[in-house]
Amino acid sequence: MDLSLLLTDVPTLLFVIVAVPAVLGAYIVGGEFLVRRLPDRARGSVRPWIWVVPALVFVTAFLVAPAVGTVFTSFQSHEGGWIGLTNYQRQLTDFPTGGAWIAIRNNLYWLVLYTLFVLFFGLLLAVLFDRVPYESVVKSLIFMPMAISAVALGVIWKFMFWYQPADAPQTGTLNAIVVNVFHQAPKTWLTDVSVNNFALIAAAIWGITGFSMVILSAALKGIPADLLEAARVDGAGEITIFRRVIFPLMMPTVVVVGTTLVIFALKAFDIVYVMTAGNFGTDVLANRMYKLLYQADNPGGASAVAIILLIAVIPVLIFNLRQFRAVEARR
Amino acid sequence: MTAEVAARTGISTTTRFSPAWLAERLQGVVLHVAVIGLTVAWMVPAAGLLISSFRPFTAINSSGWWTALAPPYNFTLDNYVKVLQSSNMGHSLFNSFMITIPAVVIPITIAAFAAYAFAWMKFPGRDWIFLALVGLLAVPLQLSFIPVLKVFVSIGLVVQNWGFVGVWLAHTGYGLPFSIYLLANFFRALPSDLFESAEIDGAGTLTVFFRIVLPLSVPAVASLVIFQFLWIWNDLLVALIYVGGTASVAPLTVTLANLTNSLGQGYNLLTAAAFISMIVPLVVFLTLQRYFVRGILAGSVKG
Repeated sequence: MDLSLLLTDVPTLLFVIVAVPAVLGAYIVGGEFLVRRLPDRARGSVRPWIWVVPALVFVTAFLVAPAVGTVFTSFQSHEGGWIGLTNYQRQLTDFPTGGAWIAIRNNLYWLVLYTLFVLFFGLLLAVLFDRVPYESVVKSLIFMPMAISAVALGVIWKFMFWYQPADAPQTGTLNAIVVNVFHQAPKTWLTDVSVNNFALIAAAIWGITGFSMVILSAALKGIPADLLEAARVDGAGEITIFRRVIFPLMMPTVVVVGTTLVIFALKAFDIVYVMTAGNFGTDVLANRMYKLLYQADNPGGASAVAIILLIAVIPVLIFNLRQFRAVEARR
Repeated sequence: MTAEVAARTGISTTTRFSPAWLAERLQGVVLHVAVIGLTVAWMVPAAGLLISSFRPFTAINSSGWWTALAPPYNFTLDNYVKVLQSSNMGHSLFNSFMITIPAVVIPITIAAFAAYAFAWMKFPGRDWIFLALVGLLAVPLQLSFIPVLKVFVSIGLVVQNWGFVGVWLAHTGYGLPFSIYLLANFFRALPSDLFESAEIDGAGTLTVFFRIVLPLSVPAVASLVIFQFLWIWNDLLVALIYVGGTASVAPLTVTLANLTNSLGQGYNLLTAAAFISMIVPLVVFLTLQRYFVRGILAGSVKG
């Protein structure tokens, strides 16, 4: 490693993390100084804008305006001429294997399997762990994959799925089990089109279950103990209590976690990029967009894929907004 | 309380050695076996890689990681030494810090100002703008890449000229909706008497913000910092788009992804590289887990 770099970059870093907050602080203090010079009536209507404008500028410049730009690009050719819906046509041609259809199909697999299994495991672990005295330790262990990058997660699972020809010793955990316990031929988990999508989804489920477990566990602890006690006194079994008392009370939280997971599933990228690069029929929309942009130099097609992704997210987005307004109304 | 604990652990006051007592004991055992079994199963993938990373090349290629658990023990640091010498991991670790630290500090500072206005000031359109921010939480970042990249290239704001400025700015824009959402919710929950009595005492807006709101919000800001730190440290997509894979600027995630594609069979180095990339987030996570969990609970709509 070249240490001369530290001499130029470390001062830059220190400068940035001191100077930028200082400039922002000076802006707020200076703004307040100017607001105080205004007539009484104007103060209240000017001040809030001074506080929110920097944020609005960034959000507009990096999210809102570019999103509008992407809509325009999706109707343009590489040279910038208007070509109507041609980009969309190319992405949605030759159902079920042409254009973006494989990616759309796989995103549907992700959406259903990833969301359901993560909710299932999250709920199962939350309920089981709630009953043991060493809950915090086991929760930390399950939660730990949340801290690592999806790239590292991809490396971990590449090892789990490692394949050696049938006559060689199997060094991958799963194939060792397949060969030594079930006496079957080893599987090429990541290239075999009948299993590879599920293999990727399984890796992703492993990484995110801690997230749903933590939120669901908090909701579980929010259920009043006397309620469960009353049900037990009435002679209800643990399974009945779960079905009739715990689950209904946790439903709102399950829905919130579920919608978040749906968004994660639609945006799936890193794991696919690292483990298969979208080959062997494992492409997803986010990876397809990246490939169209960088490998095919096709910004129009990439934009069209991004818009398809947005359209897929819109129902969740509307649901989130309704949820938010409902919560606001209860305040 | 004791009744509750007893019910939860499956131990009750039933007479010892009666059939009912035995059934409950058995239920307790099944519970512990299930909990510990699931946890161990969950640990297997990561444990396998960790053990492999300390095994010599020939051993990794000829036997599974579980064989290393029985004697004769044969562990080595070779993989770590080699990967640090032959690849860019050291440099990338440094790049990750260069990208992450400003991309945490800048958006959270800006978000704190905005969140204060959204929580405690009145202005026309406030609720609608806030609603729009909540909507943006779900919008895929992919939608913004192409136009932003075009503008960056046309004004020369690229890594070669400006270093990481472009990716800092982009992460600031991307991090703001969630940061504002989380902080505004926290600020709003502060008791309003606090603001009224400060006003009576003649405290101005600045005093209230810097002397009352911020000090009271340390836990919320801490969870946001950890959240944003882990999110950017672990980010691959935004780094690929705005920084790219050039060795001198690539962060750890990008370098590790490149190694994954290039090393192929030489995957003994990959095991060590993966763990080097995990050290920082795992330390942050293990020391500040409490705040991280709090952040997750406060903002479970993050997209």
